[in-house]
Amino acid sequence: MLTYIIRRVLYSIPVLVATSFLIFTFVSISGDPLGRLRANPNITQQQFHSIEHSKNLDRPIVVRYGYWVKDAVTNQFGTTLFGQRKIWPDLRRVMGHTLQFVLTAIILSVIIGVSIGVYSALRQYSAFDYATTTISFVGFATPVFWLALMLQVVVVNIFLKWHVRVFYTSGLSSPFPGHGIHWFIDRVQHLALPVIALCILGVAGYSRYMRASMLEVLNSDFVRTARAKGLIERRVIMKHAFRNALIPLITLVALDFGAIFAGAIVTETIFTLDGMGFYFINALQASDPYPVMAWLMVVATMVIVFNLIADILYGVFDPRIRYD
Amino acid sequence: MTDQPRVHDPKVPGGLVLGPDVEVDVPAGGGQMFDRAVPTDSSGLTYEYGLEIEARSQWGYARRRFMRHRLAVVSVVVLTGIFAAGIFANYIAPYSYKEIPYITIAGTSVIDTSQILAHPSRQHLFGTDSAGRDTFSRTLYGIRTSARVGIFVGLLSTLIGTIIGGLAGFYGGWSDNLLMRMTDLFLTLPLLAVLLTASKFLDSSTPTTLAILIACLIWTSIARIVRGVFLSLREKEYVEAARAAGAGDLRIMLRHMIPNSVGPIVVAATLTIGTAIALEATLSFLGFGIRPPTPALGALLDEGQEAGLDKWWLVTYPGLLIVLIILCINFIGDGLRDALDPTQRRVRA
Amino acid sequence: MPEPVLSIRDLVVEFSTEDGVVQAVDGISYDLYPGETLGIVGESGSGKSVSTMSLLGLIPQPPGKVVRGEAFYKGTDLLKISKKELRHIRGNEIALIFQDPMTSLNPVLKIGAQIGEAIRTHHPDEKDDRIKERGIELLRTVGVPNPDRRYEQYPHEFSGGMRQRAMIAMSIANSPSVLIADEPTTALDVTIQAQILQVLKKAQDETHAATILITHDLGLIAELADRVVVMYAGKIVELGEVHTIFESPRHPYTVGLMESLPKLNADDDWLRPIPGQPPSLISRPPGCPFHPRCFLSQGRIRCREEEPPLRPIGGSSHLTACHFAEELEGHTGPLVEPVGAGV
Repeated sequence: MLTYIIRRVLYSIPVLVATSFLIFTFVSISGDPLGRLRANPNITQQQFHSIEHSKNLDRPIVVRYGYWVKDAVTNQFGTTLFGQRKIWPDLRRVMGHTLQFVLTAIILSVIIGVSIGVYSALRQYSAFDYATTTISFVGFATPVFWLALMLQVVVVNIFLKWHVRVFYTSGLSSPFPGHGIHWFIDRVQHLALPVIALCILGVAGYSRYMRASMLEVLNSDFVRTARAKGLIERRVIMKHAFRNALIPLITLVALDFGAIFAGAIVTETIFTLDGMGFYFINALQASDPYPVMAWLMVVATMVIVFNLIADILYGVFDPRIRYD
Repeated sequence: MTDQPRVHDPKVPGGLVLGPDVEVDVPAGGGQMFDRAVPTDSSGLTYEYGLEIEARSQWGYARRRFMRHRLAVVSVVVLTGIFAAGIFANYIAPYSYKEIPYITIAGTSVIDTSQILAHPSRQHLFGTDSAGRDTFSRTLYGIRTSARVGIFVGLLSTLIGTIIGGLAGFYGGWSDNLLMRMTDLFLTLPLLAVLLTASKFLDSSTPTTLAILIACLIWTSIARIVRGVFLSLREKEYVEAARAAGAGDLRIMLRHMIPNSVGPIVVAATLTIGTAIALEATLSFLGFGIRPPTPALGALLDEGQEAGLDKWWLVTYPGLLIVLIILCINFIGDGLRDALDPTQRRVRA
Repeated sequence: MPEPVLSIRDLVVEFSTEDGVVQAVDGISYDLYPGETLGIVGESGSGKSVSTMSLLGLIPQPPGKVVRGEAFYKGTDLLKISKKELRHIRGNEIALIFQDPMTSLNPVLKIGAQIGEAIRTHHPDEKDDRIKERGIELLRTVGVPNPDRRYEQYPHEFSGGMRQRAMIAMSIANSPSVLIADEPTTALDVTIQAQILQVLKKAQDETHAATILITHDLGLIAELADRVVVMYAGKIVELGEVHTIFESPRHPYTVGLMESLPKLNADDDWLRPIPGQPPSLISRPPGCPFHPRCFLSQGRIRCREEEPPLRPIGGSSHLTACHFAEELEGHTGPLVEPVGAGV
């Protein structure tokens, strides 16, 4: 088991390095960071060249990559191009906020999705099954941003009509949220809608997958053996069927992790949350490549780490993988 | 009829010879037995019983399976209707995209403010926006853009994905490895983030350029599928036989492998169209995709949001249409999967 | 004649499918006596597996249904008792051995855990270490080397033959009175098959259980069975002692089965399959189910219109379901060496 873990960790490192190079090249090539400056008639050629030189932008790409990596590691990703604001403190702050609600969304969607999926499999073709399948299909077809918008619309209109504030529709916290439990409740009220928006897609996906996986396992021979041994049905389902059906879901959740950040970008923009997504959009709108690169790097790292954890979990649950 | 026991003479082979393109429509249960009695002759031949055979071509069979999937069939109708409405928006839309209602007051044309932000009504099915423009018409034009982008992405990404995935799966070895590592790398970054970055820094304001951009990032899923299919087909006997007969690589790929992978490719391509439409809408909503004056559904929603959430119709209707389009595409993809890939032991949705 | 430990009477099992109702088992009756091995022979789809699985309620009930019949085990009708009571019998009094040991064992649980589970379910008050002791003992009995180490391993670490041994160990864990082995060697290599045969014999000796051996392999039947039931299209077509069946088969299907096996000592150019296809179990034509493929029938009206009952021929322990079984008299079974003159 230990060798398996070590091997997975070692494998991740070149992936990380390759990804960093990819990010850097991609952003540098597709965007001309000095485009605005170039177009600015107030800056003379000389000034332009000196800026270029000071940022090492006149060197070949590999060298620039080297500088960037150095900057990233030693100087915490350095500063933004325009405004010279330090990148890392901002990024760290928004990371915390985003993780709060992204992790909540993942955990909730897994729990709810798995439960629905298992129950649907056990009660195949029942009204519950058909209803949840339909809802799942609709959930798949709904772009996250529109779902978020509709949630907003509903809540806002409820507020306007009945003066009941169910949830907040913007911001992370109220101006004076208080401490302890009050702060917590306030935060929950603010994050409820974004979490719901992110959850729905996850629930749709996981419930369908779990249902299919569960049905396949329920038809397998070893479940038949378990019944033939005289085990009570509940044990057959929980200990034998469910455990096996759950394993492939781990990979699915891991694969989804990257997509969750995409959802976060959209939801944070709509709900104006001070999170990574919002940060990213702002950096893009400012055409500032350095925070963009830093953001992509951080997200890629998180995805790789998450995948690593998922791989290890997979090894824990499925003994066949361990002796790879 | 004698009473003497006869030893049967099994010179009759028991099987049926099937041609390579003919699928025998044998109902579950092994076939009907018909009493086509062959009178015994002196050689002592036994009774001959045949199976009821109804030969159908593969495509006919697939079409039949598709028709069984009622939701898919309904979706085809609905989607065709929606896309047609979009494509012929010029003729159908009651108002034009940019049309702002004017009235004349005291001899001058002034914007008719009574029409601004109107609730849905008979004249304006989806209401009007902050400049008095008819949302229904604008939605129709937006559908046209979405359809263009979606179909273009579907075709282009399928082309790219099939070529690259096919080559990787067929040749295997290092090219396959390379492809796999590349797709893995693509997976570590969220697609939307990459797309946003690319569309910001590159020009993607027209549907065509946006479609090319999306296609360049989305082909990996199709490539994966094609690679998988080609890898498994590579080992089939008819490929070996073709090679033994002297067929070159290209011929094998085109003549044998591609036709047999059409099923999964078509399904994946269909679902890609849905994904592309969703991506285009998201991008336009965030202000990164298709820029005005080209109509886009996402942009409509963006404007709708800015007008204020109590004007719920601006946000609801165009969005519902997006959901409906993608839903239909998903159902169709599901039906196609049932029709073209029945070996997949899928549990019926 | 001792009392039968299992008595099946007129068992009918149906499956509802998209294309109609499938009569998988169409009225079979037989007895199983203590200590004996009863072989059930037939092609795929003959209903041999379904008939035994339905005894323990292991047929999925929505598509499947036991329409009628009785199955008396030690006085209790298995088809009428509650699920709870049935659970007490499964794995405890009546145990099953399945065909494919790779898929029949849970891949994520240790072998020992699975064997222990079989014991603990029916002996919930046993101590853990006692259970483990018993499990290791069982593995040793079935011939698994290093049983204490193997107890802690996973199924994928076992070879095919060892897995089947583990399955057998699991089935005899609670000393059942009836063992049902459903194609126990079909999924294994030929060389391993012989070993597993030995293990089965040993298991029988240890438990004195009556065994139902379901297979399509006549060689297995010849080795292990005391009596044989031949099934076709959900019905029993012949039943008798193993020697009788092999020496003097009295149903054209049985003859056909034996003829279709290649023989080492004969010099045939062609294999002799039974012509035609097994019948559809959905819409049965009237008459004998085998008549379309039957060499004996030759289109006789009685075969086509009247279903032959299972009736004794040449002694009460040999039953056949053929109108014209008498015409097979004097025929020696094709698999039996003719006794030379003067011996």
